[in-house]
Amino acid sequence: MLRDQDRIFTNLYGIHDWRLSGARSRGDWDNTKALLEKGRDAIIEEVKTSGLRGRGGAGFGTGMKWSFMPKTEGARPHYLVINADEGEPGTCKDREIMRFDPHKLVEGALLASFAIGAHASYIYIRGEFVREAEHLQVAIDEAYAAGLIGKNACGSGWDFDLYVHRGAGAYICGEESALIESLEGKKGQPRLKPPFPAGVGLYGCPTTVNNVESIAVVPTILRRSGAWFAGLGRAKNSGTKLFCISGHVNKPCNVEEEMGITFRELIDKHCGGIRGGWDNLLAVIPGGSSTPALTREMIENCPMDFDGLREQGSGLGTAAVIVMDKSTDLVRAITRLSRFYKHESCGQCTPCREGTGWLWRMMERLDKGDMAMEEIDMLFQVTKQVEGHTICALGDAAAWPIQGLIRNFRPVIEQKIRARNASAA
Amino acid sequence: MSNETEMTSFAFTPENLEKAKAIIAKYPAGRQQSAVMPLLDLAQRQVGWTSIPVIEYIADLLEMAPIRVQEVVTFYTMYNQRPVGKHHVQVCTNICCLLNGSDGVSEAAKEALGLDWGESTEDGMFTLSEVECLGACVNAPMMQINDDYYEGLTPDSTKNVLEAIKRGETPKPGPQDGRQFSAPAGGPTTLGELTFGTEKA
Amino acid sequence: MPKLTIDGTEIEVEAGMTILQAAETIGIEIPRFCYHERLAVAGNCRMCLVEVEKMPKPVASCAMPVGEGMVVHTGNANVRKARQGVMEFLLINHPLDCPICDQGGECDLQDQAMAYGGDRGRYNEEKRSVEDKDYGPLIQTWMTRCIQCTRCIRFISEIAGTPVLGGLGRSEHLEIGRYVGAAVSSELSGNLIDLCPVGALTNKPASYTYRAWELKKTESVDVMDALGSAIRVDTRGNEVIRILPRVNDDINEEWLSDRSRFAVDGLKRQRLDRAYVRKDGKLVPTSWNDAFATIAAKVNGLAGNKIAAIAGDQTDLETMQALKDLLAVLGSPNMDCRQDGAKLVPGNRAGYLFNSTIAGIEQADALLIVGSNPRIEAPVLNARIRKRWLKGGFKAAVIGPKTDLTFKHDYLGDQASILADIASAKHPFFEVLKNAQNPAIILGQGALTRQDGTAILALASKLAEATGMIKDGWNGFNVLHTAAARVGGLDLGFVPQAGGKDTDGIVAGAASGDISVVFLAGADEVDVKNLGNAFVVYMGTHGDAGAHRADVVLPTAAYTEKSATFVNTEGRVQRTRLAIFPPGEAKEDWKVIRALSDALGKPLPFDTVKQLRERIAASNPLLAGEGSLTAASWAPVGTEGALSDKPLASSIDNFYQVDPISRASKTMAECTSQFGGGCGCNSKKKTGTHG
Repeated sequence: MLRDQDRIFTNLYGIHDWRLSGARSRGDWDNTKALLEKGRDAIIEEVKTSGLRGRGGAGFGTGMKWSFMPKTEGARPHYLVINADEGEPGTCKDREIMRFDPHKLVEGALLASFAIGAHASYIYIRGEFVREAEHLQVAIDEAYAAGLIGKNACGSGWDFDLYVHRGAGAYICGEESALIESLEGKKGQPRLKPPFPAGVGLYGCPTTVNNVESIAVVPTILRRSGAWFAGLGRAKNSGTKLFCISGHVNKPCNVEEEMGITFRELIDKHCGGIRGGWDNLLAVIPGGSSTPALTREMIENCPMDFDGLREQGSGLGTAAVIVMDKSTDLVRAITRLSRFYKHESCGQCTPCREGTGWLWRMMERLDKGDMAMEEIDMLFQVTKQVEGHTICALGDAAAWPIQGLIRNFRPVIEQKIRARNASAA
Repeated sequence: MSNETEMTSFAFTPENLEKAKAIIAKYPAGRQQSAVMPLLDLAQRQVGWTSIPVIEYIADLLEMAPIRVQEVVTFYTMYNQRPVGKHHVQVCTNICCLLNGSDGVSEAAKEALGLDWGESTEDGMFTLSEVECLGACVNAPMMQINDDYYEGLTPDSTKNVLEAIKRGETPKPGPQDGRQFSAPAGGPTTLGELTFGTEKA
Repeated sequence: MPKLTIDGTEIEVEAGMTILQAAETIGIEIPRFCYHERLAVAGNCRMCLVEVEKMPKPVASCAMPVGEGMVVHTGNANVRKARQGVMEFLLINHPLDCPICDQGGECDLQDQAMAYGGDRGRYNEEKRSVEDKDYGPLIQTWMTRCIQCTRCIRFISEIAGTPVLGGLGRSEHLEIGRYVGAAVSSELSGNLIDLCPVGALTNKPASYTYRAWELKKTESVDVMDALGSAIRVDTRGNEVIRILPRVNDDINEEWLSDRSRFAVDGLKRQRLDRAYVRKDGKLVPTSWNDAFATIAAKVNGLAGNKIAAIAGDQTDLETMQALKDLLAVLGSPNMDCRQDGAKLVPGNRAGYLFNSTIAGIEQADALLIVGSNPRIEAPVLNARIRKRWLKGGFKAAVIGPKTDLTFKHDYLGDQASILADIASAKHPFFEVLKNAQNPAIILGQGALTRQDGTAILALASKLAEATGMIKDGWNGFNVLHTAAARVGGLDLGFVPQAGGKDTDGIVAGAASGDISVVFLAGADEVDVKNLGNAFVVYMGTHGDAGAHRADVVLPTAAYTEKSATFVNTEGRVQRTRLAIFPPGEAKEDWKVIRALSDALGKPLPFDTVKQLRERIAASNPLLAGEGSLTAASWAPVGTEGALSDKPLASSIDNFYQVDPISRASKTMAECTSQFGGGCGCNSKKKTGTHG
């Protein structure tokens, strides 16, 4: 188990003071100037060494992403945009960072912006997180007042402005290009890629979009070294991670753990085990709503990291672990997700706009058992018709939970249909 | 509660106009359109919902075509295109809340308020909505009332919260089941070894 | 220049091209709905998916730039499967109402469904229905048919510059709609119908009156304004059903103004289909012979200088040549093609042309507009100016009517004296023009039909010379005409001959009795009420102002009913084509004049249109070749003089009703009542581009 000394988010549960003085007592803002003095390339190198992969779901190397930004600032300014549009069902980790450890994010924003040559950064926070946005704003105001950000941030000579921008209720804005559109004052409809944000992002300028957690761990990585972070977890799956464990465990919680911890250990150590015991475990969605659900056999001893879960045909995603015991109506649960994706589709591209509605309607029928057995294969086929054909990944996200259901839990579905047919007969 | 026919014009109060200017200043010159979402929020906080006069006022302020503002208003769920009650009760029914009892919470809320989804009380005090995941999943089930989250709900605690609001009280937001925010019930399994010297109480 | 392989063919194309465009260069057409080459790329319909080797997913070829070494497959099994999937999605919520849909037979979705559609539906759920929207009298909406391609939103925002359409809501409930406080009153709105790839937006006035495959298509040229846009006249039997734009990148790209498109019902109403003579104060039907005899009785023996002729705004070269010849044999020098009294100077061609050319305005980087509202005088040109503005590095200013031109401009005021200030370098806009690479001016008819028109012309001329508008390879001195006939008339010299009277002189002469016979060739906008006791012969198409004043009415052919030559505002010679025959006893105008000359005992020296056109070419060789455009050489124009303090205005006050055809159109009357005079005058909201 991860030692407390190696935990980054030391105020995860809001037990301590989240303001500047409390943050400083926990080591934040400790000689940040020295970190900046390492220089841009050294910071990017250190983050690369750490092996940090983006914590927003896709798991792209953070240092690598930063290195895509133009090396020098041209006529177009650079921007860091921090994705705090946390909305993937099951996920509630960035919220904790922003309300209880906001200075980690503010300091990380300065360091990351410096590394990519940005003098301004926007934190796009989901609109419903009103209180979290308030904390964040207080932290930013404190940082300005203390000279930590603003003109000549931390005495480094680097000017840096940080702004909070609140969303207004659209899951799709968690997609980086939709987020940029939204930040520009438009509907949150994903952009076609290429061009990628590092070339043409916010206001047409080079932009890096990073998840809150990715940014908030950067100061600690730079203080304790990339090697320290890389030493935790497994190769290519390094570091610590905030896990959000919800559903049918005895004690749902957020917890920071080492990447690669097995599912079994994660649940037993922190969540008091599966409700009704391990034999009562039906299914686990391991990484937020879009990752396919796995059976007990698949997940019990699986390392909870990017590659471990990918090998099982699912993904770490946002590390939002949704546990379902045998009392769960799994078809109903997945149907609820289908409704969610239908509701959150931006409506822009055909396969997603039309496909998510079709999938949801079929799932509603399936939930009632009102479906012919051979339609299960058609349902699967329609998910395949959506997947990979859309502008952004929401189409895939809508397809995968249903694919996981059919692939891993076909008997559960067939039982629904048989039960209905039996009652009808 | 105002209704659609009643709101024929809109303008920011002088205080809000100052706030609006500060918001616009957060974005680069010429990029004032970026302020459309925060300004709509500000306007909605002023008058309760986002009417056509609000759209036109903000379009004018930001030099946007009104249709572009209307697109934004209809895209995001938090802009109320109709008047809502003073207390907007939004119950999450997405997967984690569903697994942990949002059916009971929903029923309790409907019963306590005498409303179905999307309805408002005649006195204009409450509107009840079913919403998607609000990002408090390890403290499910939960509901949001205006700007505050009420988490770890049971049907009883749901009713308690709503009844308290009816009485004019402000029930304490956050977990209603005694948990330390997102820590496991009974207390954290981690971070106990750490102390922070200079922290004030 | 990246090299790539598309379906086995290696090609080298310009960097920045998309896969779709690259494929087009070798004749591979990739299906698409949302993509349109003149609109921003949306990439939303997903019909153009192709496979690119080494890319994990199919890519939208309309949006993907070509890359060195790409290997693209546009039609393999994977691609077909992807498109079949997209097609199925498009069809699940699309109604199966092709048999009653006006788009049937010319519908992209229908066509592509033949290639990619399944033979049966698999969708067993409830279908979506969407409430229709009110887009006004021109566009019928069938929103359930909409496939959300957003072409309409992009056109109205990008090209027309009147952003009133948007995508409202999201997910499967995304609906294309109109802003609640605005009308779809762009002067270019009809183009939305052409752009819609399905039957969601259809031609409202023509609803249910045709099936696309029944129509005979005749390529022609528009005469409803002075641009000469390329059009296609679709007819069934002897009826014009609709008019559509054709592609002509020199003039209209592929757009058409709403008046040019929708005034067609005016071709059927209030038409003169037989001759009339006035008896006891009333016009009574008569035969051609009687009409000619009545004219002969008045004209024969009359001194030539008592006779005059005025040509109208849609009068073709053939008519004016024949009429000029007729007046010559009658001994009259009194003729004018400037029925509005514009102080245009015949003989100085550069002084009355739109010299930069229409397409050339895209090269201008500074523009002064004087006494014109191009948005209602020439909407398609206005869209070009907007296109230029959108590219950036373009400064425009207006002296004249204050209006939303859809592009940003400095409004300088409405006084002619401002032009004088600029021309004498006293106004800062002088420097803007002077410092520009390709400065330009647009002079509207509103500036030239005034008493001080010639002084304004002189100021503009002086300004053009002082700011470098006239130089090798660039002439930014532009007169914007509103009448299709005008440049042709000036080129042909249908102006007072030696000692002859101009329009004002003719009207005054008629009022005073100096002129006893006036021929009006489609001239309805001249001051017909003040022609005194003159004997008026009206040749034309409609029972409009001219016919009401006439003593003899001779029915002639409208532009859709004849092959006739026009010269557009740039000086481009173009010809209409006969799509249907003139109604009743109406005849082509030149034939009427030729026949009349016989009746007057002075037969004109041509019997065929070929001979007539030879005479035209002989009188001005520039008019010989159809489609030709010859740059005019510069000479200063106008005469300095005192300026009036009357505000400069547009020559048009109602975009929808300008000429006998549009005045006869019910559709245009409805537009007038719903939209006012155009320019969004009736919609209370600004468009977001206001200066």
